[in-house]
Amino acid sequence: MKKELFTIRSNVKLTDDVYKMTLNGDTSEISAAGQFVNIELKGLYLRRPISVCDLNGALLTLIYKTVGRGTEQLSRMAKGETLDLLIGLGNGYDTSKSGNSPVIIGGGVGVPPMYLLAKKLISEGKRPIVILGFNTNDDVFFENEFRALGIEIIVTTIDGSYGLKGFVTDALKICGDYTYTFSCGPEPMLKAVYNASETEGQYSFEERMGCGFGACMGCSCKTKYGNKRICKEGPVLEKGEIIW
Amino acid sequence: MVDTKVCLSGLTLDNPIIPASGTFGFGAEFSELYDINILGSLSFKGTTVESRFGNPTPRIAECEGGMINTVGLQNPGLKAVCEHELPYLASIYKKPVIANISGFSIEEYVECARVMDAQDNVGIIEVNISCPNVHGGGMSFGVSPEAAAQVTKAVKEVTTKPVYIKLSPNVTDIVSIALACEEAGADGLSLINTLLAMRIDLKTRKPVLANKMGGLSGCAIFPVALRMVYQVYEAVKIPIIGMGGVSSAEDVIEMMLAGATAVQVGAANLKNPYACKEIIEDLPRVMEKYKIISLSEIIGGAHA
Repeated sequence: MKKELFTIRSNVKLTDDVYKMTLNGDTSEISAAGQFVNIELKGLYLRRPISVCDLNGALLTLIYKTVGRGTEQLSRMAKGETLDLLIGLGNGYDTSKSGNSPVIIGGGVGVPPMYLLAKKLISEGKRPIVILGFNTNDDVFFENEFRALGIEIIVTTIDGSYGLKGFVTDALKICGDYTYTFSCGPEPMLKAVYNASETEGQYSFEERMGCGFGACMGCSCKTKYGNKRICKEGPVLEKGEIIW
Repeated sequence: MVDTKVCLSGLTLDNPIIPASGTFGFGAEFSELYDINILGSLSFKGTTVESRFGNPTPRIAECEGGMINTVGLQNPGLKAVCEHELPYLASIYKKPVIANISGFSIEEYVECARVMDAQDNVGIIEVNISCPNVHGGGMSFGVSPEAAAQVTKAVKEVTTKPVYIKLSPNVTDIVSIALACEEAGADGLSLINTLLAMRIDLKTRKPVLANKMGGLSGCAIFPVALRMVYQVYEAVKIPIIGMGGVSSAEDVIEMMLAGATAVQVGAANLKNPYACKEIIEDLPRVMEKYKIISLSEIIGGAHA
């Protein structure tokens, strides 16, 4: 963990309520896809945790959905403004166990961290298949960025207004012989993937946090191997340890 | 050169800054960021005899100037704390620490105190009779002068270390509880714990916290804490560790003027993990600004 000042380079709207922010700063502490940053915002007591979407040297990309005061305030910030970030938080995804053809599943606001993960797996010589799940056509974001990675991408929408009609688990059925699953999304989606997948996998969870770095015990959960802090030993848990 | 040293029941602290229990774990997360040996002392995570998972999540809510938690005394239990956490803490922090203990019965408090008495790096035992987040324990001892005195007396019998009782603000008359603890032999008092509070989510129309209510902390509660420290100081002779929303060197001095000998910093650590370090580094400047040469000389200075 490190506390660093970042300068906003851009902050653009991707859909009705999803924004992409790029920031400049010392990103050296970020060590894995699936980690998050915790952002201090003026007038708000607690920081706001946002997953890391992409990393290019000193350029950090965050994608966030406006769900309350914090993210709404974030969406109104402009190029040149600075933000105080705690970086390098959480365990992130461990790519060493994935085999050669893992499936990456991102649902809604769970899509962003899967971009850095896909890049990491590709850099390791693996051929991941990516499933991106959304409610409807208007919610779809970052598809082109994923496609530019040159790997197989399946987009699903629940109402069928774009891509494959149905849930991410419907796409999983047509993925053939995959070796592993990496998932991030709403808990019902994680549970559906957990039940539908035939392989081991890693699942990223969300919880309301106090500090984001393991001090307050605000985001604890029970696992088969004891209590874990979503912000510290998580947010990524292995399939074999999850208790629903 | 200003003097930041203070003395708590024979224990000399380099400065009065102590991270409050439950906001600093056992120091490990913070020692990654800075050398925690600069701290006056450290009150570690509230410990009970048995390990506890605590309350269901969500455990955290936010409000203007503060946060509400209902962690519910999650801790690995007395045995694991003494076998694993304290030896590790001793390796990263070389000064005496404050052992924060909690319980659901007099016997449990006594057992925690007896075991903590034997720990070399424990300098003070802080007895939490004020946790608002566990039913049937913690706070139920802190809301009655008789029960508070009973716990104090029982704990004093099994330890020679200074015993500080951590008081709840969720009472009609904190002074009567403070006096009862002093009379029962307490060496000092810690105040205040969090204030019982809640938030309701407008979208779901239900309480934000799974446990409905929790303890409010953060700068929003500072004036309440200050007032209670002021009132208790008027009534008792034993030292007070003041806490509740302390977030700056100025707050520390204000708390000491109200009557605190040392000051704990709680929620501020969660918002800014460098909070204690920044306060300690800022103290000499603020002391000079207000022409304070020795911090220990201003304790209770606001009283006539």
